[in-house]
Amino acid sequence: MSNKKEWPLFEIFIRSKNGLEHRHAGSLHAADPTMALENARDVYTRRQEGVSIWVVESKDIHASNPEQAGELFEPAKDKVYRHPTFYELPIELKHI
Amino acid sequence: MDNIENLATRFQERIDAGEKIEPKDWMPEKYRKTHIRQISQHAHSEIVGMLPEGNWITRAPSLKRKLGLLAKVQDEAGHGLYLYSAAETLGISRDEMTQQLLTGKAKYSSIFNYPTLTWADIGAIGWLVDGAAIINQVMLTRTSFGPYARAMVRICKEESFHQRQGYEIMLTLCNGTPEQKEMAQDALNRTWWPALMMFGPRDEDSPNTKQSMAWKIKRKTNDELRQQFVDITVPQAEFLGLKMPDPEIKWNEERGHYDFGAIDWDEFWQVVKGNGPCNKERIAARQKAWDDGQWVRDAALAYSAKKSENEEKSNGIKAQRSEGKIA
Ligand SMILES: [Fe+2]
Ligand SMILES: [Fe+2]
Repeated sequence: MSNKKEWPLFEIFIRSKNGLEHRHAGSLHAADPTMALENARDVYTRRQEGVSIWVVESKDIHASNPEQAGELFEPAKDKVYRHPTFYELPIELKHI
Repeated sequence: MDNIENLATRFQERIDAGEKIEPKDWMPEKYRKTHIRQISQHAHSEIVGMLPEGNWITRAPSLKRKLGLLAKVQDEAGHGLYLYSAAETLGISRDEMTQQLLTGKAKYSSIFNYPTLTWADIGAIGWLVDGAAIINQVMLTRTSFGPYARAMVRICKEESFHQRQGYEIMLTLCNGTPEQKEMAQDALNRTWWPALMMFGPRDEDSPNTKQSMAWKIKRKTNDELRQQFVDITVPQAEFLGLKMPDPEIKWNEERGHYDFGAIDWDEFWQVVKGNGPCNKERIAARQKAWDDGQWVRDAALAYSAKKSENEEKSNGIKAQRSEGKIA
């Protein structure tokens, strides 16, 4: 096993065309952000899949803990009054 | 605190409900290990798989064929990368996986231990080897582990060009001179049986199948996938005017499938154990690439360290300047 340091891991986000958001495409190792951008171009946009790339070092991403998913996301479950269908209006009403 | 059994039950319920499992979710240790093994071996197959085809890039018969083959082999490098990344989400490092390949601890698909003797082999590989891989990979787009499934979706989008370029090579050879057609037939003869072996041992010899199906790692058994491949491929061979190298291949009206002959499993296990025609050559090539690349990896790291050092220095100077400490 080599003791050499590995290149850091980067997460890659691609905007497929203007007007759309950047979406997570995958990850790759690179020595620095410049190389990460160059490699992301070669790996993720070989067939015109993108017009813009973001790279973020994976260690800089803070993620919610799946074990806390219940307390984080369940409170929204019973709040049906946040949806338009909760409010009953006569059917003949238009444009609302 | 939940005990392991409760967690395992809840995990199985999530799988049964068709939920995907993501890297940071709780999972049984065996689920994690199986995935590390399977995904890394899949990644190794993509990478080692570049070698037999790379062998023909400089000798492709035309610029068009060279461009196509080059693009395909480049795709395979990308596939390896997607898969290594998916495996890394489970807590194994890239270097560790590389070492497992080089020391023989991790396997890769046996098909890549066969040589590519003629240009027609490039056609047969694209048609049959990528064809078999597609059948397996389409199934895996629905696998239960999120990162693996997503890698497969991306890969499947790219694979169909691989198979078409291979089949087109075969078609061109079969419409060519008698010698060219013979070359195509010879490539089919040599590639057919190893391609069938790509789906792995028979179901009754595959003890992990049951657990893999329960965890939705696999959605179909080895034998089901193999049958699917035979059914698709036989008419494609007929279209080329080639003869299947198996006299027992025959349409079975009752089953609604093609019957086919027995696979030589001794050969399969011999190649898995390292005694195939090219096992040593393949690993030696990967070892050489790893060794020869060491200075590049080191230099890139040294360069990036120096660059950020310089940036820090110049940021320091700028800060001092704005504070009026230096002119
Ligand atoms: Fe591939
Ligand atoms: Fe492929």
